[in-house]
Amino acid sequence: MKRSTFLKTLVGAAALSMTGIAALAQSGEPIKVGEINHYKRLAAFAEPYKKGIELGLEEINAAGGVLDRPLEFIFRDDQGDPGEAIKIAEELMTSEGAVMLTGTILSNVGLAISSVAAEKQWVYLAAEPLADALTWSQGNPWTFRLRTSTYMQAAMLAEQAAKTDAMKYATIAPNYAYGKDAVAAFKEVLTELKPGVEFVGEQWPALFKIDAGAEVQALERSKPDAIYNVTFGPDLAKFVREGTTRGLFDGRTVYGLLSGEPEYMEPLADEAPEGWIVTGYPWYDFTEEDGANKIFVDAYQARFNETPKLGSLVGYMTAATVAAAIQKAGSTDGDAIRMAFEGLDVATPVGDITFREIDNQATMGAFVGTTALKDGAGVMTDWTYLNGADYLPSDEEVAKLRPAE
Amino acid sequence: MGLFIAQILTGLANAGALFMVASGLSLIFGVTRVVNFAHGSFYMLGAYVGYSLMQVLPGMVGFWGAILLAGIIVGLIGVIVEICVLRPVYSAPELFQLVATFGVILVIQDLALMIWGPQDLLGPRAPGLKGVIRIMGEPVPQYDIALIVITPFVAIALWYLITKTRVGTLVRAATQDREMVSALGVNQAWLFTGVFFLGCALAGLGGALQLPKGGADLLMDFTILGSVFVVVVIGGMGSLPGAYLAAVIISVLNVFGVTYAPQSTLVLMFVVMVIVLMFRPFGLLGKEEIAGEHGQVGEPERPIKPAGNRMRLLVAAGLLILGLLPFYSGNFAVVLVTDIMIFCLFAASLHFMLGQGGLVSFGHAAFFGGGAYAAALFVTYADTPMELALVLAPICAGLAAIVIGWVCLRSTGVYFAMLTLAFGQLLWSLAFQWGDVTGGDDGLVNIWPSDWASDNDVYYYIAFVLCIGGILLLRQAAHAPFGYAMRAARDSARQAEAMGINTKRIQWVAFTFAGIMAGLAGGLFVFSKGSIFPNELETARSFDALIVVFLGGVKTLSGGWVGAAFFEGIKDYLTRFEYWRLALGLSIIFVVILGPEGIVGSLRKAGERFGILKVPEDAT
Repeated sequence: MKRSTFLKTLVGAAALSMTGIAALAQSGEPIKVGEINHYKRLAAFAEPYKKGIELGLEEINAAGGVLDRPLEFIFRDDQGDPGEAIKIAEELMTSEGAVMLTGTILSNVGLAISSVAAEKQWVYLAAEPLADALTWSQGNPWTFRLRTSTYMQAAMLAEQAAKTDAMKYATIAPNYAYGKDAVAAFKEVLTELKPGVEFVGEQWPALFKIDAGAEVQALERSKPDAIYNVTFGPDLAKFVREGTTRGLFDGRTVYGLLSGEPEYMEPLADEAPEGWIVTGYPWYDFTEEDGANKIFVDAYQARFNETPKLGSLVGYMTAATVAAAIQKAGSTDGDAIRMAFEGLDVATPVGDITFREIDNQATMGAFVGTTALKDGAGVMTDWTYLNGADYLPSDEEVAKLRPAE
Repeated sequence: MGLFIAQILTGLANAGALFMVASGLSLIFGVTRVVNFAHGSFYMLGAYVGYSLMQVLPGMVGFWGAILLAGIIVGLIGVIVEICVLRPVYSAPELFQLVATFGVILVIQDLALMIWGPQDLLGPRAPGLKGVIRIMGEPVPQYDIALIVITPFVAIALWYLITKTRVGTLVRAATQDREMVSALGVNQAWLFTGVFFLGCALAGLGGALQLPKGGADLLMDFTILGSVFVVVVIGGMGSLPGAYLAAVIISVLNVFGVTYAPQSTLVLMFVVMVIVLMFRPFGLLGKEEIAGEHGQVGEPERPIKPAGNRMRLLVAAGLLILGLLPFYSGNFAVVLVTDIMIFCLFAASLHFMLGQGGLVSFGHAAFFGGGAYAAALFVTYADTPMELALVLAPICAGLAAIVIGWVCLRSTGVYFAMLTLAFGQLLWSLAFQWGDVTGGDDGLVNIWPSDWASDNDVYYYIAFVLCIGGILLLRQAAHAPFGYAMRAARDSARQAEAMGINTKRIQWVAFTFAGIMAGLAGGLFVFSKGSIFPNELETARSFDALIVVFLGGVKTLSGGWVGAAFFEGIKDYLTRFEYWRLALGLSIIFVVILGPEGIVGSLRKAGERFGILKVPEDAT
């Protein structure tokens, strides 16, 4: 589906729902998809994601559903516990009649489901977890990942960093796998692009237990030219506040992984940092020229009367991906869906994405820009959308990273 | 030099909120003997309430007024909780109230989500204190200075209240001997309520005071709980100066840890706690617990008897129904019951040492997760087949229990519990931090059963045999002479010693045996899930087991697995609903109030009342 046809579908869908014509797809039994997430533990991220899926489903079903049947997601809460998620996966696939699984934000839960998916031969679309291991070191033929991975996003920021004169970098990242991956990837790519850069300090606060004052003092002590930040959520808020108060960011460029996402920027309100180079989601800036992006944002705001987060976009794209995969498979058979995922093209608000055959990673990219304050809120300016396909290692390296199939 | 001083000031500022929350917990424990798990929730409420008030009240007066008001409001919420939830269960066995407070945590979590929404709230800055002052060239935020000044004032006010006023005298009297205080005509109920108000108000104050340094989010209740317990224990339970000292030590050490060993922050405070308790088993300024003072609240335990014929028939019938499950139910029921049985064995192992040995462990997950990790590591690095790994898992867990038990059993009571918690945390951080071997929090995956056992039904029977066998073995041990020795050591260590029982060794063996059984459960767990992550070693997992043991009934033989089956079953059902934490929390509170002797104890009572069960002759 080209973007123009995607637009037509959208417009058609909107027209259909507006005129109140009942959905066409009521003829068959619904196709069920099992969606497992941490709806309570990480409510701030999971709720927009869920709404994104709901919007996507409404449009898909209004346009005739999939294989002439309505598409339905069963939402289940796993409490952020991998063991619990596996039990729910079993229930969804064996007694609820789901044809495939989606979901999770936390990487460890995603890895747990991917492991059980490979063992039981269920298709699993890991929507939000970022861990590189999911498609590389622990990758398997049954797991596909939609969102831009840690490596890709870190590589985008490293590319920006390489353009500056800064030579001494300090990093701060939460002390767990995501933080470690993010720092390793940034170091790897930046050193490759600009040999001679020095990493003068590494800080590893415990996740959501940051002692921001002490971290800022430690970073200041290493006297870096620039700082690479991976903290997020409440940690980021505390870090920004202490860092601003103590003048850590004066005269230094900060590269913030995910820091520009509305999930993290909005709580900071007028204290959002200025001049950081970040990956994020500048939904507020979209104009008619941005086409599908703008249409999605408008539809989302009209439907839920709230602004979209990045999670909303990922949720919406999840629904679109599942619909496209099943449509392409032509059946709800697990193996057929898996085959359909290989090289699957999906039209999405950010453009067409492809699920790579080599590692099952989608080529979704990210918006990179500079933060600024506008009307008392943090926004991204001078942003561009970078295609994920350009920020992955070469095929030979990827083949080495993935276990033999 | 400037940096050094600035770092100390940062530490002192961080100590503020920590001290207030910890002193509240310490006060409540000292007087009511309630280990208030929900204390972190009151801290969270303080932050949220303070945030909302600051939106309404303007200016500097509004800001400080909001903090004070937040403390008072949270204190009043604490009073409601105390009157509705805790009063009915004061006469229950020691630590049973812990279950009730666990229910309160769940309820508050969902209510906070309903009221304030999911998004993190950034705390407003203190008016007039937004800048920094420079001390020897180093920037120090003005609000940090304010915190450094305020905290000693609060500490001194508290100290004055406790040592110089009549109310304080009563509180101290109640800390030492509750019954004597009430015999002297003091209304104990209102004294308890008053202390609960004060403790919760302090937690709320702490939550509101840290707003300018952070904000309010839905995870902060659990993030502070660990450090608060550590501070209370290092300082000495019930000691206010101790709490202040410990809060300062932990906070300052943490600041230096961040600078000079950035990876250490996960375990630093637990290492400090272990070291302190090794040399001062009752904390820095704590006093020795008076033995027996809080040993036997409520009805004395009944002697243990082998089950009667009717009961045996009933159990046999139950096992038959369970054993035939794969023949008449769907695939998911088999998976669910496998999960439940594994959890039952885990809970039963804790129940064994807690109920029979009186050893309250806050870190039993170390052996469950330890066994699971042992099995997973053998499979990953040595291609060990499942059959062998299932043998090695309990052995490794047992070896760990021998070492950990040796250290922990030097202390008793709450301090023993906290040492087990510290070791649980150390093991967790080992699994978490040592990514090259354990995979860090990406865990170890692809740990599946051997081919012949990969079918869910077959694995069900493996779990059935091993779990039921394990539970029966634990039961057998309780009836054996060893079980009698354990109960003797629990009820009166001195008399048991006089009879020639080496109580420490008995407890050590019991601890190890419980560890072995938990390790077996862990081994079964990892093959049923196919993967293992550090969260199976987390303190939360230990508390899951602790809660079901109390829920089932400590003073019964089957409380462990009954509680576990009930809890897992109801949780599986409730998580299908949107506000399941609220529902689960309320059900727990409901069960706790209705049956303060746990499910089994209360059912037995009801059975005797209605003549279904025979009343034993010696229980009149």
